Amino acid sequence: MPLTLAEKLISMHAGREVHAGELTVVKVDFAYVQDWTGPLTVDKIAELGAGLSKTPSHTAVFIDHASPSSFKEVSTGHVKLREYAKSSGCLLHDVGEGVSHLVLGEKVTAPGMLMVGADSHTCQGGALGAFATGMGSTDVGVAIATGETWMLVPEAIRVEVTGRLKPGVYSKDIILYLIGLIGSDGATYQSLEFFGDTIENLSVPGRTTISSMAVEAGGKCGLFESDGHTLEWLRENGREGDYREIRADKGAKYARVINIDAPGLEPMVSFPHMVDNTRPISHPDCRDVPVHQAYLGSTTNGYFEDFEAAAKVLKGRHTAPGTRLVITPGTKSVYRKMMSSGLMDVFLDAGGVINSPGCGACPGSHEGILGDGENCVASINRNFKGRMGNPKSFVYLASPATVAASAIEGKLADPRRYS
Amino acid sequence: MSGKAWKFGDNISTDLIAAGRYAHLRTNLPELAKHVLEDARDEFRTGVKEGDFVVGGRNFGLGSSREHAPTIIKMAGTSCVAAKSFARIFFRNCINIGLPAVRVDTDRIDDGDELELDLAAGVLRDKTKGIELSFPPMPKVMTDILNAGGLVPYLKKNKGFKLA
Repeated sequence: MPLTLAEKLISMHAGREVHAGELTVVKVDFAYVQDWTGPLTVDKIAELGAGLSKTPSHTAVFIDHASPSSFKEVSTGHVKLREYAKSSGCLLHDVGEGVSHLVLGEKVTAPGMLMVGADSHTCQGGALGAFATGMGSTDVGVAIATGETWMLVPEAIRVEVTGRLKPGVYSKDIILYLIGLIGSDGATYQSLEFFGDTIENLSVPGRTTISSMAVEAGGKCGLFESDGHTLEWLRENGREGDYREIRADKGAKYARVINIDAPGLEPMVSFPHMVDNTRPISHPDCRDVPVHQAYLGSTTNGYFEDFEAAAKVLKGRHTAPGTRLVITPGTKSVYRKMMSSGLMDVFLDAGGVINSPGCGACPGSHEGILGDGENCVASINRNFKGRMGNPKSFVYLASPATVAASAIEGKLADPRRYS
Repeated sequence: MSGKAWKFGDNISTDLIAAGRYAHLRTNLPELAKHVLEDARDEFRTGVKEGDFVVGGRNFGLGSSREHAPTIIKMAGTSCVAAKSFARIFFRNCINIGLPAVRVDTDRIDDGDELELDLAAGVLRDKTKGIELSFPPMPKVMTDILNAGGLVPYLKKNKGFKLA
């Protein structure tokens, strides 16, 4: 029977061919936690009493959400995670190394893997052809301790994107458009699978932006086939040997097929307080929306390519009076490349401030919390009330280029004017 | 299990349930629980009584994987979360911690209605309205996890997943 990407990847870990709607136990190749979900996972592993980690070399702890910490309580949680890493022998990615999913994308994630993480954006791993999905602390604790989890094989939605993106329009705009189209629960329990020549032409970072946001439509995963771009990425990261071909079968059954005409897309903005509350930048609602903070970073737009797109807009320009520009590189290697390539100078000259690598201001505990009544346009992945730390503030989601253009103009702005 | 309905709207995110600005309290659940659903409906956290029900609309629990969200709803003494639909991770987290989560047409329930949950019969009764709302059965493994009181006690008992 022809298989979707989700069916194929889950079958590879179930020891038998499985199809949408079936329940199965799967072998987990890699499991990880971060500093907000990890301490609870450590408690659950202890309660389970099955051993600290079945495969410590395939288990990781990331200190990325509040990193470096701004609260003594969080710091104490970090101590607990470091102690767990030491006693279990698992990998530890400490303060300053970057966002879990982005670091894994550089060092670990490979086509054909099955990964679970105690973080909803774990689905980002799909960019490299891995079945990766977010779970709670207990589920991931069980996966760490036993090497297994159970899952429902999801139905798949086939998203076919065709044609060339116009200058100033990016993969972020594709995913915001899609979520606006199908809604924040439009893919609940389903696998979003991306095809078409536009997708084939996207680099791994471009795909990462899309896969990370599969969960924002309720998706269990956001999957891509592996191809030349995947191989190139693995080679750049010294992991060419991790490549394997993962393709959906011709004739696989999809619950729904969605066609997107890439040349018809504009830069998109999600308005507060829902990701699916989208408008194209030319919409009258986007006029004269003041921006107090422009934010670049997060797991969704945290690779070098994302900052490069913003720097192209910002080069030789400055933020508007009353608008601050806050930047968080996704990983340490992105940070280094931003230094060596001169991007740091572009951002500093433009009036920006640069945080240490990690989740930064996105989850709302530090490094850019908004004031009452303030607006932020951000290259992050969700804009729920209170997301960036203040329920009395307003978060608009957009691509890094749109964030950069908005920083210059001090209001929501169309990046195509600068391309 | 019976109690009063606390109604919430559609798309109650985990940020509304367990706000990011209280992330430093995640290692201190009793303190975090004092802020449960604070940004959705502030009076809930002080007014909720043992046995009460959280009643949402569509897509309840969307957003992050934080298990702290259902955990502090459970710690508030609630019987169950009822909603028209749930976000995937939140739903699974509820079951994993032993908090019933049921899918019913919550439009028929008003704030303050007296509710009663009969898990075995698959029915949520609105005693104020005199109506019964049935919910679809969960996969056996989820029912077993819920009945065991959560995933950890389930696994201690079964030594593995029993799907059939």
